[in-house]
Amino acid sequence: MRNSRTLRLIAGVMCAGTALAACGTSSTSSSSAGGGAFTPPKLEALSQLGQPEGALNILAWPGYAENGSNDPNVDWVTPFEQATGCKVNVKTFGTSDEAVSLMKTGQYDVISASGDASLRLIAGGDVEPVNTSLVPNYADIYDFLKNKPWNSVNNVSYGVPHGWGANVLTYRTDKVSPAPNSWSTMFDPNSPYKGKVIAYDSPIYIADAALYLMKTKPELGIKNPYALDDKQFQAAVDLLKQQRPLVSEYWSDYLKESQALKNGDAVIGTAWQVTVNLTQSEGAPVQSTLPTEGATGWSDTWMVSAKSPHKTCAYKWLDHIVSPQANAKVAEYFGEAPANPKACSMTADAKHCETYHAGDAAYASQIWYWTTPITQCIDGRTDVKCKDYGEWTRAWTEIKG
Amino acid sequence: MSIAASVSGFLYRKPRLRLGMLLSAPLLWLGLAYLGALAALFVTAFWHTDTFTGQVVTEWSLDNFATLFRDEVYRTITVRTLGIAVAVTVIDAVIAFPMAFYMAKFASPRAQRVLVIAVMTPLWASYLVKAYSWRVMLSGNGLVGWLFGATPGYGLAATVITLSYLWLPYMILPIYAGLDRLPNSLVEASGDLGGRPWRTFRSVVLPLTFPAIVAGSIFTFSLTLGDYITVKIVGGANQMLGNVVYDNIGAANNLPFAATVATVPVVIMLVYLAAVRRTGALDNL
Repeated sequence: MRNSRTLRLIAGVMCAGTALAACGTSSTSSSSAGGGAFTPPKLEALSQLGQPEGALNILAWPGYAENGSNDPNVDWVTPFEQATGCKVNVKTFGTSDEAVSLMKTGQYDVISASGDASLRLIAGGDVEPVNTSLVPNYADIYDFLKNKPWNSVNNVSYGVPHGWGANVLTYRTDKVSPAPNSWSTMFDPNSPYKGKVIAYDSPIYIADAALYLMKTKPELGIKNPYALDDKQFQAAVDLLKQQRPLVSEYWSDYLKESQALKNGDAVIGTAWQVTVNLTQSEGAPVQSTLPTEGATGWSDTWMVSAKSPHKTCAYKWLDHIVSPQANAKVAEYFGEAPANPKACSMTADAKHCETYHAGDAAYASQIWYWTTPITQCIDGRTDVKCKDYGEWTRAWTEIKG
Repeated sequence: MSIAASVSGFLYRKPRLRLGMLLSAPLLWLGLAYLGALAALFVTAFWHTDTFTGQVVTEWSLDNFATLFRDEVYRTITVRTLGIAVAVTVIDAVIAFPMAFYMAKFASPRAQRVLVIAVMTPLWASYLVKAYSWRVMLSGNGLVGWLFGATPGYGLAATVITLSYLWLPYMILPIYAGLDRLPNSLVEASGDLGGRPWRTFRSVVLPLTFPAIVAGSIFTFSLTLGDYITVKIVGGANQMLGNVVYDNIGAANNLPFAATVATVPVVIMLVYLAAVRRTGALDNL
């Protein structure tokens, strides 16, 4: 009987708590740092390299740190281990949000961060400035990738640019005709591919809808899909809610997406080039295209954890991953533009850099790179407040329903 | 006298100390690891995070609960999750009862042992392997479509099917135990008094094994309530309470709101357990 009384007591406390909540409360919104007013925690970059510590924990996008376990021919981790003696341990993540929370555990030394994660990592004190003079290969990297808003703060570099690419429109050539060249095939409520659309499962996907609205509804005045005021944000959310019945699945695991495309459970969707390459290699007729509206994309940066006990190995990795050989292999395996122009002569496909517009700064500027949305509108408007990432996240739960 | 002997002599004279030492480890486990974690969860639910840096801000507020009650989407998800849990429980009970009945009342002792092992075999395989197998089977050109000419595709139906499959052993075993304890003489007595099979089943077998069914339902119900992996694998674009918790931890990095959402299944389970306690099913666990 005592047990049941305890049970009732716990239940009572819980109910009291929930009842109080139901009474309502004034919402106090915390002001968060960001934009011009954003001051990162004071952290010093490494001044000189020491002896390699013998171990390195890497947090990476799938396909960025391959050690031959997925495909014996795809391996640039083992040569690194042999050259430096740093035993590598790789953990992959599916979304930037997952990466940010994994970095908070302090268990990783380096991370390949996209633009929607990097500022959060810098602001949270999870990553430290990088002394680029200790990374010899840094000198070769395209200038238009260096000291960008997502990899530096006040001209202090927080990492090494690694590669960039677009979130491409992907489709089954045998099921989708004519070949699409607009995102409307994924957003039009009368799309013939109803129930066969596959979309990316992350709040940042709202930017894809905003990008589409930028071109189709100019009256909304969207200048940057990551800077959305109330009205613009609502329009993007509404568009995604309207898209919801068309969607068969939201993907965060690129292997699951590849499988859905291969089996024909999804015939059109947004994907990375690596997914397309993988699905093609398994014999499925899949193609990708960069639609006329442009696309969201990523420009990734290798960053060093502030809490890393393996700093020398971390710097060695930064230098290794943007070396011409490794950069060429990653770019080709993942399907992206390498950051190091010297990599272009080392790719197996001689036209790789041309296909991905590697050195083309003008092309690169057409892609809207993932950036963390913050209250200060990053398109320069000061008269309105933009929706921050917390609100993007809540809206995302609501869109999925 | 050796130290061991003197210690044991000392403990023999102090029965309360002996009991205390014996119970200290389980009590620590229950108190710290289980109830402590629940309490920490509940406290965290009142905090919030800085949305930009993702740092937890330890200021008390009821905002999370307000959001939970105000936003319709969380009600929808709660109702959907409850619906799936009820459907899985009912389906499992309907499938499990005849199986358990045969095992307990008709099978020979040797066949009984074999059947119990057979029921438990699926538990040896990994959850993920089983869930992904269903993903392949329910796919557009998978086994289900080939056998029946149609497949429910990925969605709520697929989620219910997969979860019913996954939790079925947890329903069969308690019902089997309950039926095994039901004396055959009662069934025979009912027959002797003129009860037809259906009447005997309704008036004798079912009331006496109902607590066992409820015991099984606690497993299927609570396991479904907390699940988030199956719906991710075969649920199409749907989400359950577990996904909201997971997304808020893994994606949004909003631990406090995840804790707030996580209290929903806890409250549901407490209500369910309170209701179930009246049936005496908890004595069957």
